[in-house]
Formats: sequence, C-alpha cells, structure tokens
Amino acid sequence: MKSDRGDIELAGVCKSFDGVTNVVDGVNLKIADGAYCCFIGPSGCGKTTILRMIAGHEDPSAGEIVIGGQNVVGLAPVQRRTAMMFQSYALFPHLSVRENIAFALRVRGLSKADRLRAADVMIEKVRLTQFADRLPAQLSGGQQQRVALARAAITEPRVLLLDEPLSALDEQLRVQMRQELRRMQQELGITFIHVTHTQLEAIALADLVVVMEQGKIKQAGAARDVYAHPHDRYVAEFMGGQNVLSGRVEKVNGSCFTLAQAASSGIEVPLQTRPSVSVGDQVDIAVRRDDVALVRPGRELPPGCTTSLPSRVLAIEYQGYFVKVMLDTVPDDAFVAYVPEKTFFADPFTVGDVVMATWATGSALPLA
Amino acid sequence: MQSSQTPPRANLAGWLYVSPLVLVLVPFFVAPILVVLAASFFATDGFGGLTPGFTLASYVEVLHSALTLKLYLATIKFSVLTWIFTLIIGFFVAYFLVFHVRNQLLAIGLFLLCTVPFWTSNIIRMISWIPLLGKEGLINQALMALGVIRQPLEVLLFSDLAVVIAYVHQLTIFMIVPIFNSMARIDKKLIEAAIDAGASRFDIMRLIVVPMSKSGIALGTIFVVSIVMGDFFVVKVMSGGGSASVVSAFYEDVGVLQYPTAAASAVLLTLVLVAIVSLILRTVDIRQEITR
Repeated sequence: MKSDRGDIELAGVCKSFDGVTNVVDGVNLKIADGAYCCFIGPSGCGKTTILRMIAGHEDPSAGEIVIGGQNVVGLAPVQRRTAMMFQSYALFPHLSVRENIAFALRVRGLSKADRLRAADVMIEKVRLTQFADRLPAQLSGGQQQRVALARAAITEPRVLLLDEPLSALDEQLRVQMRQELRRMQQELGITFIHVTHTQLEAIALADLVVVMEQGKIKQAGAARDVYAHPHDRYVAEFMGGQNVLSGRVEKVNGSCFTLAQAASSGIEVPLQTRPSVSVGDQVDIAVRRDDVALVRPGRELPPGCTTSLPSRVLAIEYQGYFVKVMLDTVPDDAFVAYVPEKTFFADPFTVGDVVMATWATGSALPLA
Repeated sequence: MQSSQTPPRANLAGWLYVSPLVLVLVPFFVAPILVVLAASFFATDGFGGLTPGFTLASYVEVLHSALTLKLYLATIKFSVLTWIFTLIIGFFVAYFLVFHVRNQLLAIGLFLLCTVPFWTSNIIRMISWIPLLGKEGLINQALMALGVIRQPLEVLLFSDLAVVIAYVHQLTIFMIVPIFNSMARIDKKLIEAAIDAGASRFDIMRLIVVPMSKSGIALGTIFVVSIVMGDFFVVKVMSGGGSASVVSAFYEDVGVLQYPTAAASAVLLTLVLVAIVSLILRTVDIRQEITR
C-alpha cells in the first residue's frame, strides 16, 4: 500500500444510474485524515451513493476519488483499505459473533488460530466477550451494531464507512451507541464517514458536517458553522433550530439593511456575510429560535433589540429545560421561539395571547 | 407453552385449523399404510387369497433373498448418481437466477422456463429421449457424421446411463425450486459485506451461499432421493428391462399375487426412506431455517 493516510478527496464526482439524471452531481470535497465526517440529507439526496462510491461498491460515472493521495476509482474495497458498516449491519446469520468478526481475516488466508486470536482482541474492544459464540439473531440491536463495527474494523482500514449505523436502534440506545462510535473512532484514529438523516446525530458526532440536497453539497463545514451559520434557506430549515423569514430589502444603510415585512415596521439585519444587497432584492434571513425573546405588547424591548413582530401564540410545548412556543409571526412559515423554562414560567403565556417576538439585531443572519 | 391452561374454545379452533389436513391425510395416507402394514403380516395361499393372522414369514423371505440386497444397491446407485447431477445442475441454475440475473422479471421468466418440460407427461418426456439417444438417434448420427465413432453407441439408450439421464431430466426442477427459494432469501447486502471484507467469488459461494442454501439443498435432496427410491417406471422403460429397482421387484410380486411379500417389501422400503430422510433432517434443521 502506498499510504496509510485516510484523507479523502472527491473531485467532480458524478453518478448516474440511468444515464439521464445524476444522483450525485459534481461533488467536490476534502476530508482530513482521522476526521469524523457526517453526510446528512433527506432520503434520495445521494449521500448513500457517495458512501458506496468511496467504499468501492459503486463506480462514479465521472470524477475522481482520492484516498491517501491515490486515485482509487476502479479498485476493489480491499485495495482501497476501506471498510463498510452496512445499514441493518448485514451480519452473516449462520456465523457466530467470533466468526463474523474473523471473516475478513479468513478470506485473507490467516490460519484459524491467528484469526480467532485477532477476533478475540477486537471482541474485547467492543465489549462482547461473553457473547462471542452466539449467533447474530441472539443479540440485541446494540450488540449487533458493535459486532458490525468490529467486523469492519478488524482489517485495520484507513477509512471506515457507516451507512445509517444508528437508524435501527431505539432512541435511548442511539444516544449511547453514538458515544461509542465516537470513542471507537478516536481509539482507532482513522477516518469515519457516517451517513445519516438525523440532524442531532450529525452535529453531535462530526468534525465535518456535509449537508446534501439532490446530489449536490449545500454546505460543508464544522458542526457549529453549519448549525449556527447556514448558507441558505435549505440548510437552515434542514438543520433546524432556525426561523427563516423572507422579505424585500427596503433600505440599506452602512452596516445594516432593513427588510420589509407585512404589517410591521420592518426588520433590521446586519450586513455581514452578504456584502451586496440593494434595495428591492428578495432576501431570506434566519433567526435562531433560542435567540427569540417574547415580550408582552407595550413592555420595553430588551437592550439591543430593534425589531419586534406582533404575533399570536398558536401552541405551547413543554420540553424540559426550555419551552417551545409556536407563533403566527409570518403568514406561511412556522415561527418558533425556544424560551428558557425559568423565563417562561416567570410570566407564562397561554395559547391565543398576543406577544411581541424580538431578537438582538446582531443575531439575524442574512442567507444566500 | 401453557397447553394445560388452554381454554376449550381455543382447543376447538386448533382442531378446526388442522382438520382439512387431517381429512386428507387420514384416508389417503394413514389408512393405506396401515392396510399395507397389516397385509405384510398376513399369510397367503399363493393364489392371491390372504389369511388374516400374524406371521413374519414374508419379512423372513424378503430379508433372506439375495435379490433384495442387489436391488437396494442398484436403487441406491441410481439415487446417488441422480442426486449428484441434480444437485450440481440445480445449485448452479438457482445461483445463476438469483445472483446473476439482475432483472427480476427476467429471473422469474427464466425460472418459469425451467418448468416448461412439465407441461407434458412423464411418459412423453421419456419417449422423447429415444430419437435423441437411440441407435439411429441424433447423437449417434452426429458423432458418426463427425467421424468420432464408427459404430453407433449402444450404451446411450436402454442402459443405466439412460436411466440416470431420464431421472436427472425429470427431477432437476425439484432441486432448483427449493434451492432457488432459500437462495432468494439471502440478503444481497451479505454478499456485498463479504466483498467488502475481501472475499473472492469462490469464498462467497463456499462461506456464504452454500451454508445459507443448506435448507433448500436438504429439501431438494429429500424430494429427489425419495422419488428415485420409490420409482420403478423410469428404470423399466429407460433400461429396456435390463435394470430393476426395489419397487419394480414388488410390482412383480403384486403381478403374481404375492401380496404379503410385496407389502413386506413396501414396509421395508418405507423404513429405509424414513431413516434416510431423518438422517438428512438431522444434519439440517429445516424448520429453523425456514422460519429464519
């Protein structure tokens, strides 16, 4: 093997199954060695196809896939030194846990004693020693997942590819296995690429979050960047936690512009990432739900807030440490405020109350 | 299990569920077997008359006859040869249909094509071998025209070879169907996972496909072996009377009104078959595999 590095570069990667539509459409991406990368998007966005192309189970129609400085297009998975953990695990049902994990060593021609010894070390690592002789059907979902992980990791791949690894588990186990994945990744010190459609999973795990839509990358960056600074409406809505408003630019002055809104005095938005805004443009902006404060009409706005939108409370959901208040602030879109529990219950609202939704001017984010 | 606590209504429902099967099996399976079993212990006057009673004379006669062993050996030879060829052909046809035909519609079409020979009767299918394998048949003519042989091959028709060919032709479908069925249930992701682990095509077949098709292979084996062991017609026709089987012997017995010996032979054959089938079932837990 040329290199032990697990850095990956996708250059102009396209995939079409029918020759007409591209399921993956010109994807460019760099993933650092030893990174935890999450691809996220709705089903059918091409994320699994990208994973399968990196794994070598699908050939790209165009473009290059470079792992550790070597173009791997056309190579078998073994030559790429990648390993895949399949959705619903694809464990061999007729083989015991130990034999499942030792499978890759078996087909590499290792002697029985050697491969079982190596498998036992790996079994220890995923804490399944007492289940080593069981069949997969006799294990719980979480245990099966650990077998799948061990089976993939035993060949010491430089890249581990995980196709929706947590989707078959129930909520509680999912959180637990999430930590386990991260722990294993740090222990093995290799690149993990994880495909998911759950936002929480992606931002909790990943060093690099890649948001996809219809075969294209919408935004790639650190979890906090993608969550707090979405590029556009799609990313903001998909990652959640944001209210998206749109309107026409009314006036531009220095560091701010004002967005016209029906039945209100307009929204002031700082000009940060979007330098070129002119009067008359149709612009989307995002405001984090936890940045929205609710004030009773006539009361004074908190400091730094210049915009306030009159709204009616549509519904209230208690979420524990915060309260989710749904408002009719914008006519067609949802507008939600996450109010800290203590703040809310100091002066609780009821459904139907009229409130002013406001936020610090600096926290509004213009979208592309 | 809490059968002692089962309410009477559930009990009745259970009986109703099994009643259709019972109604078919008791008169058409259990009763004839009991009749044969009883007849095997009766004495005969040698002219077809049966004297009710209990004698082991027929069994002694069958078991003492040197012919019995010879016939069993001949029948087992046909069974084993037929089993080997149907297994090889059946396994690879099923493998091809399941793993190489990507288009499912095409796979089903090809699968149905395998059943086309069954649209005609067994007898017609056997007779149709004659123009192919006979002395003046297509194969002999072709070989002679090519100059490979000078004399027509006599061994092609009315021989053990012809018997095995006819059996394989007739019974391969009984291998294809169960093997196809168990192979089709192998998750394609397992194959991909094996490729991901670096398995070659041969490794995949040896370590994944064959072990996971075991139940189908076992079922097919039961079909093929029990049909060949219980057959006399194919042997008779295709060997031209040159070979015999266990069943053909007691068919002769029936012809000469030796009912108790025929019945004793039948009981013996049933016991042998039960032993073979239970041996197969011991190696493969079909019930567990099917419910998997």
